[in-house]
Amino acid sequence: MNFQIAVLLGQDGVTNGAIYALLALSILLVFTVTRILLIPQGEFVTFGALTMAAIQSGKPTALGWLLLALVLIDCALDLRQMWKTGKQAGAMNYGEIKWSAIKIGYTAMLLVLLHSLTLADIPMLAQALLTLALVVPFGPILYRLFFQPIASAHSLVLLIVSIALHVAMVGIGLLLFGPEGARTAPFSDSGFRLGPVMLKSQTLWVILVSIALIVMLFIAFERTLYGKALRATAVNRMGARLMGISPVFAGKVTFAMATFIGALSGILIAPITTLYFDSGFIISLKGFVGAIIGGLASYPIAAIGAVAVGMVEAFSMFWASNYKEIIVFTLIIPFLLWRSLTSRHVEEEE
Amino acid sequence: MMLKPRAILTLFILILLLSPLLLPTYQITLLNYIGLYALVVLGLVLLTGVGGMTSFGQAAFVGLGAYASAYLTTTEQLPDWLAWAGHSPWLALLVGIALTAVVALILGALTLRLSGHYLPLGTIAWGISLYYLFGTVEQLGGHTGVSNLPVISLFGIALDKGEKMFYLIWAVLLLAIVITQNLLNSREGRAIRALKGGQLMAEAMGVNTFRSKLVIFLISALFAAVSGWLYAHTQRFINPTPFGLSMGIDYLFMALIGGVASVWGALVGAGVLTMLKQWLQDLLPHLLGSDGQYETIIFGLLIIAVMHRSPGGLWPILMRFIPVKLKSRQLLQEDGPAVRLDQRRPPRQGDLILEAQQVTRRFGGLIANNNMSLQVHAGEIVALIGPNGAGKSTMFNQLSAVDTPTSGEVRFLGQSLKGKSSREVAAMGMSRTFQHVKLLPGMTVLENVAIGAHLRGERGVLSAALRLERAEEQSLLQEARYQLQRVGLGDYLYEEAGSLALGQQRILEIARALCADPCLLLLDEPAAGLRFKEKQALAELLQKLRGEGMAILLVEHDMDFVMGLVDRIVVMEFGEKIAEGLPQDIQTNPAVLEAYLGGAE
Repeated sequence: MNFQIAVLLGQDGVTNGAIYALLALSILLVFTVTRILLIPQGEFVTFGALTMAAIQSGKPTALGWLLLALVLIDCALDLRQMWKTGKQAGAMNYGEIKWSAIKIGYTAMLLVLLHSLTLADIPMLAQALLTLALVVPFGPILYRLFFQPIASAHSLVLLIVSIALHVAMVGIGLLLFGPEGARTAPFSDSGFRLGPVMLKSQTLWVILVSIALIVMLFIAFERTLYGKALRATAVNRMGARLMGISPVFAGKVTFAMATFIGALSGILIAPITTLYFDSGFIISLKGFVGAIIGGLASYPIAAIGAVAVGMVEAFSMFWASNYKEIIVFTLIIPFLLWRSLTSRHVEEEE
Repeated sequence: MMLKPRAILTLFILILLLSPLLLPTYQITLLNYIGLYALVVLGLVLLTGVGGMTSFGQAAFVGLGAYASAYLTTTEQLPDWLAWAGHSPWLALLVGIALTAVVALILGALTLRLSGHYLPLGTIAWGISLYYLFGTVEQLGGHTGVSNLPVISLFGIALDKGEKMFYLIWAVLLLAIVITQNLLNSREGRAIRALKGGQLMAEAMGVNTFRSKLVIFLISALFAAVSGWLYAHTQRFINPTPFGLSMGIDYLFMALIGGVASVWGALVGAGVLTMLKQWLQDLLPHLLGSDGQYETIIFGLLIIAVMHRSPGGLWPILMRFIPVKLKSRQLLQEDGPAVRLDQRRPPRQGDLILEAQQVTRRFGGLIANNNMSLQVHAGEIVALIGPNGAGKSTMFNQLSAVDTPTSGEVRFLGQSLKGKSSREVAAMGMSRTFQHVKLLPGMTVLENVAIGAHLRGERGVLSAALRLERAEEQSLLQEARYQLQRVGLGDYLYEEAGSLALGQQRILEIARALCADPCLLLLDEPAAGLRFKEKQALAELLQKLRGEGMAILLVEHDMDFVMGLVDRIVVMEFGEKIAEGLPQDIQTNPAVLEAYLGGAE
């Protein structure tokens, strides 16, 4: 291996590592606030990438109709809940109707946009925004439908629902986007020369956006009242609730953030890698490896761990490409071992 | 009309025997798959439902069994050291089992200490690694796999058709179910059933919980490997696909849908999911107009619905509709002359049993126990009292080796407890109850108490699975019954422990502690929640034990109970001993009065 190859591999490693870091952070975020291990995180990535690809090829994706269906179910449940509690209290709180109207109106507007614009011709930024506008609402809605009713269940039940949701979403991905892989146009064609090697501009995009997002997350959690409230929910749900922080709202917000991060990651890497409807799982598992290296608790270590996963992956591609996945997933075992030796066993109370 | 379980079972086996003669080949193939899956799921029921550990990696063990056999039976030139096992499926099965056992022991040792989320994530990690390994190793045929596997022959009959394999598959499955049930109804089985929600208690009763975890992990891996072996020789062709993570997830789904709490749930889950998959794979492409694995959408949503509505799975629902008379098993045989268990030689009255020497325990800046010393002798009841937050529970933990003092020493029967686990201390003859009752609510009172006698039996997993330990089992259960009668719970042997009143549950804990044949009893608030009569009965029991030479230390808030019963009292406040002496002296001790009632201004 010469210097040039090393730089190329390093470039790949950092690009993938940055994406894994984003996913690891988002997985940690969701886990600390809701105790859910968000296995479907990877599906948000593929949904983002494949929606972007569909839009670029000028097809209005069927994702909009799925969103409409879920929004309608969601509103029906909310209104039923409103009716029930209103009847008990003797006075109706009609605020839900306004919210439902907003949600349905938003979805209808998206559908109109999807079917009236010539999607392939609008600027790339608009395509990306449209993709995000379509995919991000799935986060809070999925939380509302599948996790909110069992928010206080045993954490293993949450894990199983999370896996089941992943399985269902892979099937839905196949139904909506088909079995073909997709790759999107790069954000810009230019490259940068750094000494003897070319750096792809998309690499810089990925790294810059990742860093920006990480800084934004940091500021949101450390400096704003709402960020602190979310962290409080993570530490103690009951206590946070008594202080007037709604765990339902906290759950929806974190799911929205996770979807946003996932979909954006998908848009970022779609020009570099071909993604298929079922590519998400492996990608999010690598985020999980990062999160586990961080002990499911530390954000900076998780980010560093995720970048390390990207590097290991890139370099094992060179030396032992057949064993790439084995090396990456076996990487987790020393960390598990280390945790099992250092953590004192505490019995989980049922 | 109520049916007896035995009648249903006989009917079921009869139907199984006849089905290859009556059903078309296609249905038999389906039934073969159900049997193969159910064998894996049975292991998961043991692991997840009974032991409380979730594994997504079972498919990898299926792969180990299948690939071991495929490699050994089809490779022309085996390495010399393996040549003896070539070309015979039965020898290959042995090698596959040994290989799986080694891999499972290594993976188990690495991952089973992990709690909470790390374990399932760990199983995903090695599940994926093994899957990719099957696909990349050249000798295993890569992604194209291995073909032309030989058929299994049994007693000279070649099992070359699905109808013939059917009998082998279902015989193995039924055998596995019997083994599992035998194991669960034994001394080792009680230790295994305590893993879910009772590990702290089990360790205090001398159970090596890590070993129990490893045992069921190993058994579930072996069931999976045998299923893989059967699969390989039924199909006579394998590739990596059915051993990947998505199949691992499917196995867990089968267990959850069937119901993880019952061995029969495994069969229901495997059956329902296999049939449903078949049906959906025919139906959905018609509806959706294109080919693809759309049934995963339905499966995912189905699992979510089950988790929301009936987390126990389908089996409990099914049981409501089938008129089966389920009586609680009569575990004790009345006629059998059970051998009484050996008892340890009791110490002589007045011997020093437990001694704390200047025990100090710091948590960061907080000194929970400061320079605490106390002694307990054989044939003596000592009470440790003090206001809330005085450090009694911390002291209790130091004495029972749950926690280690920062400085100072605890000596039990002349030996220092430094570095000893609560398990070792239990083996030395210390037994305890818990402030917050720790018992297994779904298990019978008798079985709960029998856990206390864990260290007095020695027959292991294998003899339990084959029912060779019945004599010892009877002795253990007799002992449990004797202790229950002694504490006055003799009428409740077969009740569920969770259905007892709180006071009775506390008494049950004392019976369980006595079952260990201890020379020192540590009782944490034994009278809390008891009614007046029950307290009187408890006091009488403790007095009787004292008369037999038992040393007893109790933490208690009920002063009437303490004053009339104990020989000496140690009073704590702010982590320190403020008084020690006879009950009547303590009652008039000014320091104690100030601690409890506040100083007189």
